[in-house]
Amino acid sequence: MINKEIEKILSKEEGKKIATREAYGNKLAELGEVNSDIVVMDCDLSKSTKTAVFAKKFPDRFFNMGIAESNMMSAAAGLATMGKIPFVSTFSVFATKRACDQVSISIAYPKLNVKICATHSGITLGEDGATHQAVEDVAIMRSIPNIAVFSPADAVEAGKVIETAAEYDGPCYVRLCRGGAPVIFNDSYKFEIGKGTKIMEGGAATIISAGFTTHIALDAARMLEDEGIEVDVINMASIKPIDEDLIAESAAKTGLVITVEDHSIIGGLGSAVCEVLSAKNPVRVIRLGVQDKFGSSGNPAELVTAYGFDKDAVAAAVRDNI
Amino acid sequence: MDGKLKTLLKEKARDIRVDIIEMLCAAGSGHPGGSLSMADIFSYLYFSGELNIDAKDPAKKDRDRVVLSKGHACPVLYAALAEKGYFDKSELKTLRKYGSMLQGHPDMNKTPGVDMTTGSLGQGLSCAVGMAIGAKLDRSGIKVFAILGDGECNEGQIWEAAMAARHYRLDNLIAIVDLNGLQIDGFTKDVMDTTPMADKWRSFGWKTFEIDGHDLEIIDETIKKAKSVKDSPVCIVANTTKGKGVTFMEDVCDWHGNAPCEEEKDKAICDICNIDAS
Repeated sequence: MINKEIEKILSKEEGKKIATREAYGNKLAELGEVNSDIVVMDCDLSKSTKTAVFAKKFPDRFFNMGIAESNMMSAAAGLATMGKIPFVSTFSVFATKRACDQVSISIAYPKLNVKICATHSGITLGEDGATHQAVEDVAIMRSIPNIAVFSPADAVEAGKVIETAAEYDGPCYVRLCRGGAPVIFNDSYKFEIGKGTKIMEGGAATIISAGFTTHIALDAARMLEDEGIEVDVINMASIKPIDEDLIAESAAKTGLVITVEDHSIIGGLGSAVCEVLSAKNPVRVIRLGVQDKFGSSGNPAELVTAYGFDKDAVAAAVRDNI
Repeated sequence: MDGKLKTLLKEKARDIRVDIIEMLCAAGSGHPGGSLSMADIFSYLYFSGELNIDAKDPAKKDRDRVVLSKGHACPVLYAALAEKGYFDKSELKTLRKYGSMLQGHPDMNKTPGVDMTTGSLGQGLSCAVGMAIGAKLDRSGIKVFAILGDGECNEGQIWEAAMAARHYRLDNLIAIVDLNGLQIDGFTKDVMDTTPMADKWRSFGWKTFEIDGHDLEIIDETIKKAKSVKDSPVCIVANTTKGKGVTFMEDVCDWHGNAPCEEEKDKAICDICNIDAS
């Protein structure tokens, strides 16, 4: 069930879908007005990552670095040493894998104030297929010291995350998606680093999700509610640092945790939750997401079903294990 | 260049070389060859007065930047910084030891005067590109110097940065390539032939000079010219001798990454102090 307090931060506009990358582009252009230190770099994908919105408004503070991600990451580090706040964008696969060493050594190790905002993450990127679907990006970024990792669930949260990232002094990775996701929150929602949000409340199980899958988790919870099974649904946009207390508290109450993510079950949100619970309160954890496989071409909805984390799979995981 | 300055720069190059040998001997590991090859250029950069830097205010905003992209050659940078007064010379003996401000590769957060953390080859030039773009945004007249290895130019990222620097017409960026002809596994022509080095930079649209990287007069002349180039980045291909100044290290590949023992240290210092006599 949804309590009165939570209801205040939830969107009333049913069926409205906006991609988190759209929200990113618009928020950047908005922040560019108030903060002249913000500079934006992209690797020939500005129309897709939506940094083109900023580029059009502030051409002097936008740098297209061509198809050269490694150079972009290190150059952003150089800009950060000059007091700028670089937002760098490309697809998640390139930001985290092709340019992994640059992110680690040029940005993270010296703790430079670079915001890596990568789009087209997860298999829900869809038709482009495995080569362009990042299913390890959170695992990689989470394991690099000094980097905070955020994965917003909808356009509203994405905007709040970008605002927070601009204010936060340090490197961070923001995981954005290609496809439109239903709007969950309204503008009074507040994002806080290291805090999760419990959207639904129940005692049978805990579903924890981040990013694109949160609306799937909510749909599953509503299905279960109709069957008389009430669950906690936690949206964990701040994957690193993670909200240890919220996870431990909910797990202690329900005794069963289901994690849902559009990412490999190795190293992502599911692993992060297991790390918390194994130390604080060991309970059974079932990790839904990409099961140690590469992605595939297809439309997002059919991929989510084929890879086993659609709303039916989430509901079944609860039903079969309580 | 006036005689007095030339004498000073020669003395500083000698002191830097002695420091390099002493700190590497104390560390028991590290990279003498590519540090010694850059000693004359570093003497020039830090003591000619051509760079706008202040050892008393290492973080001052409008300073020129130096990025040691070939980060393993940090002994030459540390020696120059210590000689310049960024920190006490006694720190040099802590090189590579736990808790030291002098890490095995440059760390901007630990060492005063280090403008960028480097060590993974290929990244420093890109960082310098970012600094140069930042300086342009601020309409600041500072110059950014990036020191590259010739082996380092095997890295694809160097050429990504070379493209970007030209694309953005970064005439405030000066790259110096330490063309000493050796890398860890052997001669560069055998490991990965990068000849003709200068033509590569020219073809990427950089104003390129080829010089003797041990001739202080030519270094002076070239850096002054480089600072006045407009509309394109500048590359100075500096022909050098790896291990320069220590006869038994010169052009010997094994001295890329091995530290001298006590006996070798004494012999090396003796050689260095005899440079001017020869």
